[in-house]
Amino acid sequence: MNSEIIVNVCMGTGGIAAGAEMVMTAFKEEFEAAGVKNARIEERCRLHKVGCRGFCARDVLVDINVDGEVSTYQYIQPEMVKRLIQDHVIGKQPVTEWLVGDDYHVFHDNQTKIVLADLGKINPESIDDYLGVGGYTAAKKALTTMTPAEVIVTVKNSGLRGRGGGGFPTGLKWSLCAANEADQRYVICNADEGDPGAFMDRSVVEGNPHAVIEGMIVTAYAIGASIGYVYIRAEYPLAVDRLRIAIAAARERGYLGKKLFGGQFDFDVKIKLGAGAFVCGEETALIASIEGERGMPRAKPPFPANKGLWGKPTIINNVETLANIPPIINKGAEWFASIGSEKSKGTKVIALTGKIRNTGLIEIPMGMPLNDIIFKIGGGIEGDKLFKAVQTGGPSGGCIPQQYIDLPVDYEGLKSVGSMMGSGGMVVLDETDCMVNIAKFFLQFTQDESCGKCVPCRIGTKRLLEILTRITEGKGKKGDIELLQELAEDVRDSSLCGLGMSAPNPVLSTIKYFRHEYEAHINQKKCPAKVCNKLLTFFIRQDMCVGCGMCLKACSVNAITGEKKQPHHIDNTLCIQCGSCFDVCKFSAVIKD
Amino acid sequence: MISLTIDEKKIEAPEGATVLEAARLAKIDIPTLCHDPRMKPHGACRLCIVDIAGLPRPVTSCTTPATDGMVVTTTNPRLERLRKTTVELLLSDHPNDCMVCIKAGDCTLQNLAYKYAIRESRFKGAVRQHNRVDNNPFIMREQDKCVLCGLCVRVCDEVQGVGAIGYANRGFESDICPPFKNELNCEFCGQCVSVCPTGALSAKMWAGQPRLEGMENTETTCTYCGCGCNITLHSHANKVVRVSSRSDNHNRGWLCVKGRFGYEFINSKDRLTTPLIRREKGGKLEPATWDEALDLVVAKMSAIKEQHGADAIGGLASARCTNEENYLFQKLMRVGIGTNNVDHCARY
Amino acid sequence: MEEALEGIYQKTVAHGDNIITVLQEIQNTFGYVQEESVHWFSARTNIPASKFYGVITFYSQFHLTPRGKNIITVCSGTVCHVKGASRIISRLRDDLKLPEGTATTKDMMFTLENVNCVGACSIAPVVLVNNKVYGKMNPEKISKTLKTYKE
Repeated sequence: MNSEIIVNVCMGTGGIAAGAEMVMTAFKEEFEAAGVKNARIEERCRLHKVGCRGFCARDVLVDINVDGEVSTYQYIQPEMVKRLIQDHVIGKQPVTEWLVGDDYHVFHDNQTKIVLADLGKINPESIDDYLGVGGYTAAKKALTTMTPAEVIVTVKNSGLRGRGGGGFPTGLKWSLCAANEADQRYVICNADEGDPGAFMDRSVVEGNPHAVIEGMIVTAYAIGASIGYVYIRAEYPLAVDRLRIAIAAARERGYLGKKLFGGQFDFDVKIKLGAGAFVCGEETALIASIEGERGMPRAKPPFPANKGLWGKPTIINNVETLANIPPIINKGAEWFASIGSEKSKGTKVIALTGKIRNTGLIEIPMGMPLNDIIFKIGGGIEGDKLFKAVQTGGPSGGCIPQQYIDLPVDYEGLKSVGSMMGSGGMVVLDETDCMVNIAKFFLQFTQDESCGKCVPCRIGTKRLLEILTRITEGKGKKGDIELLQELAEDVRDSSLCGLGMSAPNPVLSTIKYFRHEYEAHINQKKCPAKVCNKLLTFFIRQDMCVGCGMCLKACSVNAITGEKKQPHHIDNTLCIQCGSCFDVCKFSAVIKD
Repeated sequence: MISLTIDEKKIEAPEGATVLEAARLAKIDIPTLCHDPRMKPHGACRLCIVDIAGLPRPVTSCTTPATDGMVVTTTNPRLERLRKTTVELLLSDHPNDCMVCIKAGDCTLQNLAYKYAIRESRFKGAVRQHNRVDNNPFIMREQDKCVLCGLCVRVCDEVQGVGAIGYANRGFESDICPPFKNELNCEFCGQCVSVCPTGALSAKMWAGQPRLEGMENTETTCTYCGCGCNITLHSHANKVVRVSSRSDNHNRGWLCVKGRFGYEFINSKDRLTTPLIRREKGGKLEPATWDEALDLVVAKMSAIKEQHGADAIGGLASARCTNEENYLFQKLMRVGIGTNNVDHCARY
Repeated sequence: MEEALEGIYQKTVAHGDNIITVLQEIQNTFGYVQEESVHWFSARTNIPASKFYGVITFYSQFHLTPRGKNIITVCSGTVCHVKGASRIISRLRDDLKLPEGTATTKDMMFTLENVNCVGACSIAPVVLVNNKVYGKMNPEKISKTLKTYKE
């Protein structure tokens, strides 16, 4: 038997949380155990650590490749490994009931992968794996056959725009930076992914760190920078480790350091760990943070491309933007420009999450309709509930309702309905989500993360949050919606940085599309989605209650009474609507209305 | 020089000027709260926002460089609405106790509230709670009146090079304080007090004294050292109750702890107001007239010079005198008395 | 302690690193940032202590007081929020007898914190205990998980 057997275990953060490390160990042990009987198998088995393949909801995902025939298994746990080896590896019979279903293929087949192409295929801790899929050929091509100006023209012609939020044309940014007279320039990779509900940058760095480094090398060459920084969140320990390993390997092989590819160009990369401030995703705040200051944004102009880190021209691109650079150099601007919509070229990596069946990381051509993303790739709403809205762009974005379900997802499309691309988080909300509560959630976030420098953001977001809070608590007043709108517009128009300018978007977009929910909270003192506890009445259905006493124990104000094994009651004059009884009831006997 | 248009007026401004500087050169008023031309622009208060043709949203004029051909609008209903909202937001997190505030009448925030006729803020909510802190001899801090313009932090850092205070926390809870919220531990130069636009920072010794408005102002020179800083004495009922310095003078309005806070000696009852002479050995010092005193000095010095020679006499001048006075003093010693034994208190 | 601080100085400032890196090293070494270490570094580097204090209080990663033996971090990202992170937090507060406004238990065994999204939204709601990721949590499951750390 000369078969080649490769086992791939998904070891992203999602995989590890689902027990991938134990699955790996189980494979090692079971192979050893089986190897005693059949040494040939042991010799040919390779265990790969594989980066995120995007379908984290099904973790632990395992590929078993026998003679090039790949079968993918989902929800694998350590105790299942023995049977996989016995049946599939030794017996050549895949365990059909554990295989991924059609939806796994629908999930993948509708995507167009550029940035994520090699994720899940290569070991991110091996530079040889990266070289095996054409790694560092783009850097070599750029540095040995192209002038910096030619590189910039290629990126300009490709139509690539910044993937971090604003969508500024990348090539134009580079040319503005290169035009400055300066003795030093810097490249910064912005991996301070802070949007709640976004994890594409983490996945790319965890799954293919060399692509980001290669993108930085090409950028540095184009603008003439010799030092690069990766500013990455400390909350991503796995990504940081993998990046460290990748940088060390690249240095060892001469892809970083002095006289790259035998030319005159020097470039090296340092890692700077973020210290926990969302606002540092903003360019000027990020610069302040690398300089060791409080991450308070600075007024623009001057823009970082002219006066950035330590006053020198600086290019800041995010992870996904940089990971797009090597394919553009390799395959050309025309190829890239042929993908996507009229003004938004290429693909976008999207973190598809929320109340949806297939959550995970996906990559779509720009301009794909929302409908295809949510109902084809995403497989529709979880638990057959009704779709209500999709929140895009994180705390800077907005909520898009059902009526725009055919909207093409690109920079212009999302902007036209009052949302934005942001870093590409997409949180699907269903009928059980309260839009006032969602707006409040995001305001709570931005208010917590406001740096406090400028007045509209520092005090304005606080006041917006206070108004939203009183509406969700049943203390909303006539005129509150108008006051919210006025204040939101003023905060948007007069704040210093992107955080304050976009913080009102969740409020404005939910008022625009879900005004009736605000009105129900204020006028009828009702929360239509039954989320805002203070507007609900709790009671116990006598026919459902078995008298287990869980709710009685959970109630902190002794509002629940009842004998054991007899139906319980809630005294609504004592109830503080905390919802604890609802959470603990295993018999759906606690009803809120 | 560059030329630009502000509010339909053609304006010439020097190269490198900001839009705010250009506007002020042309006597066009743009409100500010966090700006002081002596320090780097900050762009935090958002009151100096202007519209610039070609830009999608208002920008702060204090941070935006003026460029040739720029077309600027400093006022329109939208800009005024944004400014008014900003002031309202500030007032919603302010004690609004102007009646008993030492800064009333000289307060930028109060003037803005007046300008925008804000009787009551539309935005009511949580206010920061800070205790008055005054456990030092000079500076009273009432941080609940702080608008976080950052001028005190910048003056301490950029001008004094000390950094005794800094920002702490972030967002709504932002605060300005010494490290670890310890007691203020510095030289108490009071520069921070001089730049504070509200009542958040004041001098302890001003408390209970009349406010600045209506006081008699006397322009003079500080007598503490040879720097000769220009100061303004503010007096009430023939008593100096405050010292300040104008920013358009040679010391740019900056003073040290002595110049700013060391004025109580002026009205001290211990202060000498006439010459004193001890008329007999072991006797008491008794008040005398200037003529009597000077005659006595001349007589004694002449006698010493006659008996022991001019070099038996030496003169010590004072750092508190002006350069001119010190020049005259050495002239007196060298020409009048005939000795080179002349020295100065600052040498030891 | 001085020796450790000098070691951190040599590792960071001597290589041109800024005060954020210094503070990260101090916290890695001592578990939190003590006031004395800031004064030591301020004297050693001539950077005012106010700058250190400003940085410490700006970034949520830095702590001025000792933290518990076990660090429980509840993700408060959007997806975790809509999938019930707040109920997990209130259960944890109940189980640990932590009143609102305090983060560390009296016996210094647990510190409860939240983080703005760990980027593991697919397995929301997420709780980290000593950086180990627990996905698809609910109040019952977290209660059980917590018990294993109490022993």
